[in-house]
Amino acid sequence: MKLALPKGRLLKDTAALLERAGLGLAGYDEQSRSYRLKSSRFPDLFLKVFQERDIPIQVAIGNYELGICGLDWVEEFLVKYPSGDLERVRDLGYGRSDLYVVASGHAGVSSVEEINDGFDRVRIVSEYQNLAESFALRQRLRRFSILPIWGAGEIYPPESADLAIIAETSVGNFASYALVPLARILTSRAFLIANRNGLAKADLSELLAYLQPFEVETEAETPLPAITAGMFEKATQGEKIRLALPDGHLLKAAAEFLDKAGLNIRGYSGEMGEGGECGESEKATRRPTIDLPGVMIKVIRPQDMPLQVANENFDLAITGEDWLNDHLYRFPSSPVKEILKLGFGKVTVVAVVSEDLPARDTHELRDLVNGGLLPTIRVASEYVNIADKYARDHHLARCKIIPTWGASEAFLPEDADLLIENTETGETLAKHNLKVIDTLFESSACLIGNENPPETDFKRERINYIVEALRQASS
Amino acid sequence: MKVPKCKGMRDLLPDDMAKFRRIEKVFRDCSLKWGYDEVRTPTLEYLHLFTATGTLTPSMLGRVYSFLDWDGWSGERVVLRPEGTIPTARLYLENLAGGEITRLSYVGNTFTFEETGKERRERWQCGVELIGTSQPLADVELMLLASEVLGKLGIGPLEVKLCHAGLIKALIGELGLGTAEQTQIFDQILEGNIKALAEIKTEDVDLKRALALLLDVTGSAPGFLENVGALLGKALPRFESSLSNLSSIAELLSTMDCPYQIDIASGRGFEYYTGVMFQFYVSKERVGGGGRYDDLIPLVGGPPVPASGFALYVDQLMDLVKLEGRPVPRILVQPRDSDVKGLKVCFEVARSLREAGYLVELDQGKKAVGDYRWLLSVSGEGLFRLTDQATGRKSELTSEAEILKIMGESG
Repeated sequence: MKLALPKGRLLKDTAALLERAGLGLAGYDEQSRSYRLKSSRFPDLFLKVFQERDIPIQVAIGNYELGICGLDWVEEFLVKYPSGDLERVRDLGYGRSDLYVVASGHAGVSSVEEINDGFDRVRIVSEYQNLAESFALRQRLRRFSILPIWGAGEIYPPESADLAIIAETSVGNFASYALVPLARILTSRAFLIANRNGLAKADLSELLAYLQPFEVETEAETPLPAITAGMFEKATQGEKIRLALPDGHLLKAAAEFLDKAGLNIRGYSGEMGEGGECGESEKATRRPTIDLPGVMIKVIRPQDMPLQVANENFDLAITGEDWLNDHLYRFPSSPVKEILKLGFGKVTVVAVVSEDLPARDTHELRDLVNGGLLPTIRVASEYVNIADKYARDHHLARCKIIPTWGASEAFLPEDADLLIENTETGETLAKHNLKVIDTLFESSACLIGNENPPETDFKRERINYIVEALRQASS
Repeated sequence: MKVPKCKGMRDLLPDDMAKFRRIEKVFRDCSLKWGYDEVRTPTLEYLHLFTATGTLTPSMLGRVYSFLDWDGWSGERVVLRPEGTIPTARLYLENLAGGEITRLSYVGNTFTFEETGKERRERWQCGVELIGTSQPLADVELMLLASEVLGKLGIGPLEVKLCHAGLIKALIGELGLGTAEQTQIFDQILEGNIKALAEIKTEDVDLKRALALLLDVTGSAPGFLENVGALLGKALPRFESSLSNLSSIAELLSTMDCPYQIDIASGRGFEYYTGVMFQFYVSKERVGGGGRYDDLIPLVGGPPVPASGFALYVDQLMDLVKLEGRPVPRILVQPRDSDVKGLKVCFEVARSLREAGYLVELDQGKKAVGDYRWLLSVSGEGLFRLTDQATGRKSELTSEAEILKIMGESG
């Protein structure tokens, strides 16, 4: 029997639930680096820790009979694949977080009914692209674009998106981003989910009996705040170029690099504060400021930058070449181009298999497929398009690409055969009993921009200024 | 390793294709003679062509094959066309708008996801659109054309079921609901759930009786609509235009001896229908349908041009149509000399025979000769031995003319 458990947000409460249930797990905590767990009470139970949003698909395809994750990710899966073998078994009562459709307070739209009149083409960003599409169709939006993102959705409206669909624990948090919630489209808590075939055939009763919620939080739904005219000041007009800076593991090196380039940016490095507003200078925010008039900065995920720059939601962005390639493999005629190699954040993108797989290179891997030893090859990667192209280029017939959202190394060997992953030193890979069978390319941080020329002289001048400053720092 | 076809897809084998081509040919011949010019729209369209308000229901849009194109970084999706009329309206607007009356026909495939994979996800249809007139005469023309096509295919008896989008909308209007709820109920009805109408609760006794008549009785003459009108009482003004429009159509059909049923429960179809809606049934199988869509062209960005159209469902018709005619006699040409000169003579005589209308294959050595009516053995010197496999008669011949003469005489 196999159970998939969440990392991240739900980990603490889930660990408490499992402890109450007396499963006797060791190593399911935030510090632990092991993905595979054993239960002292259920010796036949195999437990693995995943990113929350990987869990519905792992359960639906039957790799795990049971899983625990937020209802938001369950619905994100089921809205796209209603016939998927996924059953919501039980509300576990904790981890409340609701999905909201939000717009900027400056957009002048105060209800979902007004969306069609408010925008010619509605740009929607969300980590939940299927729920976003379903919302758009249900609302009969005449024309819309869904831009999937990895996170930081709250920072996009109004300049980089018209609507964001985001999870939030309290509706009161939106005001600090100058966002207004137009609708709550889902009330989400942690759920126990099961594979339908598993429920139909295997006896899961003992485990189901143990995984009971203590009590389901039944707090009333806070009504959405009333939106009144003049709630938010009109956004400051004026021409601005938009610069995207990376959060996550590139942040520190990027901040140092920008310092070296003499661009005086405040509120970028340091600990991320609550809300997106500019706090005191030492506190980091998602909207840092710069001593250069006409430049607006937002801190977003490096994964999301190429798509955003292609859509001219940002003029310049600091991202990784890995993500630029992932974008260009999917959209070969995209107007995004690399302007500068910045040199920091070096990683190698590699093809990885389990140490136990009898293949030393891609040829031998293909022989395993052709010889019937691997009837289908499951390729797990955060880089879906790089993985897809790799499988195509190497004629890995009958391959399944499994998109992952981090911690991909945990997928091998049970839940994937091949991994396309980045590595700095190879240490993590070795620790997980994995080996590199191919090197795809080297990647480091880069500055990207749009091929299409800037609309105005002012913008061109500002872009050139920043590019030149970074060029000098990189040489 | 055998790779099967995709779920919900269908292979058309030689016999299927023979039926397909026959349907297509009869449809084309008829519609061309009625003045419909053939067009073909691309398989891919932008999704937003179909999301424009009131063209397809959210549930239909939830089942389209949409995806990002290789240049789809804007996040706007493209779609494998889920139906034929909206793309034809777009084609008209983009290329042909301005003419007074435009008659267009098409044969094309449409794609709709269906969960179980047991039903078809790719379907073929033969459709026509009559653009530029809102006259009942136009709707009647369409029904007569469809009836002619089915008649020439030997498919029947045809049942035509009539309904009216205006009538359904007026009935929903009596519910006193908000616009969003009205749309929702209309969607349900279009997807075949007529029960939504039966749930109309009203204090208006007259309306109740009229509704009961509409739901319980299937009309077969204009008189039925007069009866409905008489029962409606004070609600009548809100139904009058739809009722009289449907009456005019029914009257014309009666005059043309085209039998029909007025069946409010047959109102399935597309959200863009504004007027009459008609369904074609043959032995309980729905083989086609259509209707009037006066608002569609404005909805996809054009001027207020009225139009109506129908489509016949080729997949259903293929189950009903019979293959006709005797197969063309097959001839197998067998080279006696495999040198270049011998083969040349073979190709030449085969070409002449094909030009004379025969089906001629060159012996590649693998196929049993039993499949052929005639065997023609050819020598490099231009000597022929013709065997009639029906009679066993063998003839030694020296010219193509002699071959054709014997074949002609044997029929």
